[in-house]
Amino acid sequence: MLATVQNCMVIALTVLMLAGAVCACIFKDLISAVIATAFVSLLAALFFFLLHAPDVAMAEASIGAALTTAIFVIAIKKTARSEEE
Amino acid sequence: MRSLIAVILLAVIGLGLALCLSDMPFGANHIATAEKAGRHYLEKAPQETGSANVVTAVVVTYRGFDTLGEVTVLFIAAIGLGMVLYRRKKQEGKPPQPASFVLQTGCCFLFPLILILGVYIFLHGHLTPGGGFQGGVIVASGFLLAYIGCADMKIRHRWFEATESLAGSAFVIAGMAGLAAGGSFLMNFMPKGNFNTLFSAGIIPIIYIAIGLKVGAELTGLIANLLERAE
Repeated sequence: MLATVQNCMVIALTVLMLAGAVCACIFKDLISAVIATAFVSLLAALFFFLLHAPDVAMAEASIGAALTTAIFVIAIKKTARSEEE
Repeated sequence: MRSLIAVILLAVIGLGLALCLSDMPFGANHIATAEKAGRHYLEKAPQETGSANVVTAVVVTYRGFDTLGEVTVLFIAAIGLGMVLYRRKKQEGKPPQPASFVLQTGCCFLFPLILILGVYIFLHGHLTPGGGFQGGVIVASGFLLAYIGCADMKIRHRWFEATESLAGSAFVIAGMAGLAAGGSFLMNFMPKGNFNTLFSAGIIPIIYIAIGLKVGAELTGLIANLLERAE
């Protein structure tokens, strides 16, 4: 029973992560793209936690989802917001 | 033309990786040496290092030299960014619009709590999941929040640089002390104490405190540089 629940979670997480990654590629608004990558990082952290790697999950959540996003947003704020064709 | 070059480069890289990895039993569970090392860490690490968290034991003692390399890479990245941004001092324009009352109060309320969480994580690196890097990044994200929420917030770069260099030196000195005590670099020469208590595992908490302070100070300085200088 528990194994089935975990399998379903793993499948759902994988699908959501892939969707987030594809969104990050196709969004023209760079802020939205950065938020999509942060979403992928957050789900990856959850994935690491499910795979019994809390140390890596913590690093992924704090670096991937928080700090990298902030640095990207600052950089985008100081340059151009939209990708040019 | 550019996309053609990109495709060719990708193909070359992919072919190279495939050739390198083709001999490896990828994902197999019986790579003899790796399995041996992993089992050794899992079974012997608590006795050998006195650390309840095996990941910390591997990162700080068995692979401590790698960790020194990682810290150095981070340091070089921070120096590089500082060099790129050094010349562009922010011109005195109109001050940024202050955040709303709710946002400012929320940031001031959360800032110390986040700092305490970060310090807790790197102090308890040998007992609970997490460690110097994670704790340091959480400390830096607390400063980031304060920077965004409070428009007049400014850190004293001098103090952060001093913390960073002192912590970095402490790491190397602790490693050298192990060498001097008659073992190897980063040897655990201090008493191991009671297993699974805060004052245990000898040198590991000291090194993780040094790493936590170094990473926190470095990343805070980096964010402050980005927010203050470049315009």
